Amino acid sequence: MAAPVDGGSWFPALAVGVSLLKCLFINAYRSTDFEVHRNWLAVTHSLPVSKWYYENTSEWTLDYPPLFAWFEFSLSQVAQHFDRNMLQVENLNYASPPTVLFQRLSVIFTDLVFIFAVRECCRCVQVQKGSQDVLSRPSFVLAALLLWNFGLLIVDHIHFQYNGFLFGFLLLSVAKHLQSQHLQGALLFAILLNLKHIYLYVAPAYGIYLLRSYCFTQDNKDGSVSWTSLSPLRLLGLCAIVTSVCALSFGPFIAMGQLPQVLSRLFPFKRGLCHAYWAPNIWALYNALDKVLAMLGVRLKLLEEAELPRASMTGGLVQEFQHAVLPSVSPPITLVCTLLSILPAVASIWRRPRGARGFLRCLLLCALGSFMFGWHVHEKAILLAILPLSILAVESREDAGIFLVLTTTGHYSLFPLVFTPAELPIKAALMLAFTVFSFAALRKLHSQGSLLHPLEILYLLGLVVVAIACEIVFPLSPWQQRLPFLPLLATSVYCSLGVCYSFLRLYVSLLRAEGKHKQL
Amino acid sequence: MQTWSLVSICVLLGVVVRWGVSLNSYSGAGKPPMFGDYEAQRHWQEVTHNLPLHQWYFNTTNNDLNYWGLDYPPLTAYHSWICAYVAKMINPEWVELHKSRGYESPMHKLFMRSTVLVADLLIYIPAVVLYCLYFTDGSSKKKVSTMLCFLLYPGLTLIDYGHFQYNGVSLGFALWGILALGLGWDALGSIAFSFALNYKQMELYHALPFFCYLLGKCIKVGLMGRGLFLLVRIAATVLVTFALCWLPFLSDPGQALQVVRRIFPVARGLFEDKVANTWCSLNTLIKIRSILSANTQLYLSLACTLLAVLPSCIRLLTKPTFWHFRLALVNSSLAFFLFSYQVHEKSILLAALPACLLLNDLPLMVIWFLQASTFSMLPLFLKDGLLVPYIVTSLAFLFFSIYLLSALDRCSEDELRLGAYNKLLFCLPKMDLGCLVRWKFYISVAVMAGLSIASAVLVPPPRLPDLFPVLVSVAAFLQFFGTFIYFNIVQFSGTSSRKSQKKNN
Repeated sequence: MAAPVDGGSWFPALAVGVSLLKCLFINAYRSTDFEVHRNWLAVTHSLPVSKWYYENTSEWTLDYPPLFAWFEFSLSQVAQHFDRNMLQVENLNYASPPTVLFQRLSVIFTDLVFIFAVRECCRCVQVQKGSQDVLSRPSFVLAALLLWNFGLLIVDHIHFQYNGFLFGFLLLSVAKHLQSQHLQGALLFAILLNLKHIYLYVAPAYGIYLLRSYCFTQDNKDGSVSWTSLSPLRLLGLCAIVTSVCALSFGPFIAMGQLPQVLSRLFPFKRGLCHAYWAPNIWALYNALDKVLAMLGVRLKLLEEAELPRASMTGGLVQEFQHAVLPSVSPPITLVCTLLSILPAVASIWRRPRGARGFLRCLLLCALGSFMFGWHVHEKAILLAILPLSILAVESREDAGIFLVLTTTGHYSLFPLVFTPAELPIKAALMLAFTVFSFAALRKLHSQGSLLHPLEILYLLGLVVVAIACEIVFPLSPWQQRLPFLPLLATSVYCSLGVCYSFLRLYVSLLRAEGKHKQL
Repeated sequence: MQTWSLVSICVLLGVVVRWGVSLNSYSGAGKPPMFGDYEAQRHWQEVTHNLPLHQWYFNTTNNDLNYWGLDYPPLTAYHSWICAYVAKMINPEWVELHKSRGYESPMHKLFMRSTVLVADLLIYIPAVVLYCLYFTDGSSKKKVSTMLCFLLYPGLTLIDYGHFQYNGVSLGFALWGILALGLGWDALGSIAFSFALNYKQMELYHALPFFCYLLGKCIKVGLMGRGLFLLVRIAATVLVTFALCWLPFLSDPGQALQVVRRIFPVARGLFEDKVANTWCSLNTLIKIRSILSANTQLYLSLACTLLAVLPSCIRLLTKPTFWHFRLALVNSSLAFFLFSYQVHEKSILLAALPACLLLNDLPLMVIWFLQASTFSMLPLFLKDGLLVPYIVTSLAFLFFSIYLLSALDRCSEDELRLGAYNKLLFCLPKMDLGCLVRWKFYISVAVMAGLSIASAVLVPPPRLPDLFPVLVSVAAFLQFFGTFIYFNIVQFSGTSSRKSQKKNN
């Protein structure tokens, strides 16, 4: 769309455009996360630090690491000029127009970190020669895929969260690694971990990569690690950075003797295996299988309906729930599964480091692996895989195919997050626009032939059928009353197929690359 | 990327922006007893659904014309009737006679907003897409850029999706008419334009150029031979279309007369509220309404309007090309807006539509005018609580249109068609007019921004409660008047761009 003006002027255009679009959603639907963050503003503003992790007037207690609390504290310094009443802990569910305006604008402005990070990432992309057209330049496509990412737009600017700000740190740290500025990358990631601990999922990739490729300075001739080349200085530097950031963030709480309380807030294992709405992962398939078996059992008179545990799994409350037929899953099992799933990826970059891009692939597999097998995964966590994959997608043809499948299913699985009818046209039109763009742009980028297998196309077209059935046909049909959870069930089961498939393909591409390496 | 994917992305973005605006408030939300245009449209649904057709335009016990009586032509009434039919299926309370007055609920808002979107998707947006694909010179990227700017025009979006009206329908029909005429399908074009006229009488602003263009074309072919046949064919098409639209009202002359009386309310005075036209701006200096009698006002405005329209229409008659047609549309609608009787601030949209058609030919001037037109409706937006979408959509439009059409780079004297000015201003020392225009543009944008902020933030002094609306309308009037003169001179300076000439000859 950009006119052929001078080289880089399209980047501000993309950034300004999307920022203005975000401003249009100020009055849109917002989830309880809005109140969560308002409460945190109030807690950090009106209480002393020692009470932050003890305050429980609101049910939405502070459950992010301390740096994020400080971030809320600094936001609250601005917030008091908009409306002082939002900063009182007792004002539950307070949402005056200035409060809404401030909170929405705070997300839009802190996204500047994200915009900056995207620009850094675009600089790292390999430039192909001979592509004069702006629209088919990898950096342009990458910027558009990241800045206009549909999932980020609806999660942050309609549903309400600060993911853009946090992903900004992640992408910036990835970009620093791509530019071989490892210490800066490590610092940024340490800060990110202390902002939101969900990024622990990708920490193994960081740890192994930095140890292997930064602390060990030399490889043996066959590519394996040369144990003698460990540089103590580098290792010390890394440790110093990580510990000082953690000390800065957790230090005061350790000094006050509150560490156990803080940790109990950060890791609440009382929640269930799956979120109220099942994220499209293995456990969604597992639960669905359990339901089907239970229903079959009742049909075939093998099971007594009265004996089955009563829980309408996708129906609402976050709680522990018993499977009817299959063995129940406990947190340690999910932890083991997650570790097993990321082990080959981590082992692979230990044995054969393939530079920053290999690290990025490993990071992706860690993110996806924990999404697939983790305990109480939110559907939003799929963004952790989609955003970094965008970088690989503009560089390699195979990754572009995986990206298209994963992004389309992952984004569609976010639909139930914004369920109000008034926002339906926005989410449908935006998702369609983003999908059309990613298909057309990636295809142009990796010219010649389709990026997808016909079966994959068929599967993605099936999403359209699911969407029409769930969003339009179902609400008008008589089943709406009897089986209210059916659309959610169908959505998460159908999407989990696509996510599992992408996970497998990513693994295959990693192992295949390893095989090739061996042959050489 | 293929054109179709770019086009679909543009259309989808247009839809997202429209729907984003529609999440905001509408006119008269929660303001009994009269509410606003939203309630007017809902009330028309109620009336057309519950009353027999021959009572629609009459004051009866069931139809109080003083409460948002139907005052648009029959097609609007039919449209309301269809919407009411759907509304009744969803929730009969929405259109219940008498009891539904002032009905407001989130679901109903959603329904009303979606009727606007559906109408837009069916009529306005396809016309814009086709127009840009057929009549924009240059690469497909250029076409798509123009299309995006066209779709992002904030005035129409804010009025239709914020304030609440169905301008997209009448403007869309007019655009279909223009499109058909451009492609040489005169009869189809006149059908489409007749629909536009029968949806909103304000489309009369565009009627003279349509008439002159078609007549001029017939004269060119030869009024004694084939031209006459063409003329008769067009006249017959128009008459039949009108007859079809008015069919239910034609059985009784009294009915048709009453409709006409409702459509043209002469008794409502020279102007209402604050409008950025000549009369309202003159009113700050001379109180016209107290000096002149109502009839004199009517004739004065009629004479002025005709005088203002005449030059561009005569020019169009002698040179019936598509380029002149588009210019004449701008000139005529601006003349009507500036000088005619009973003008609403929203009528500037009628001038904005033909201006959008010239986005790619005269980018800077058109963007300037379009921005001024949005700005002129600022008091209305403030009243409706649409400040945030006004700021956002205006900034987006200004930024993207200037960036995508490279408006500020394309302002040499030649590209701005300022050649004629040099002849007119021969007595003055020679200067760089392109640079001058650019500076005028910057100053005007600064003034608009300043006045927007002032009206939103400052409290007017108690002696002058209308200070900001008056300042806004006078500032906008000056820009409209300048645009009017500019486009007239462009039309008379003759040479259209070489490519469009080729297309038309």
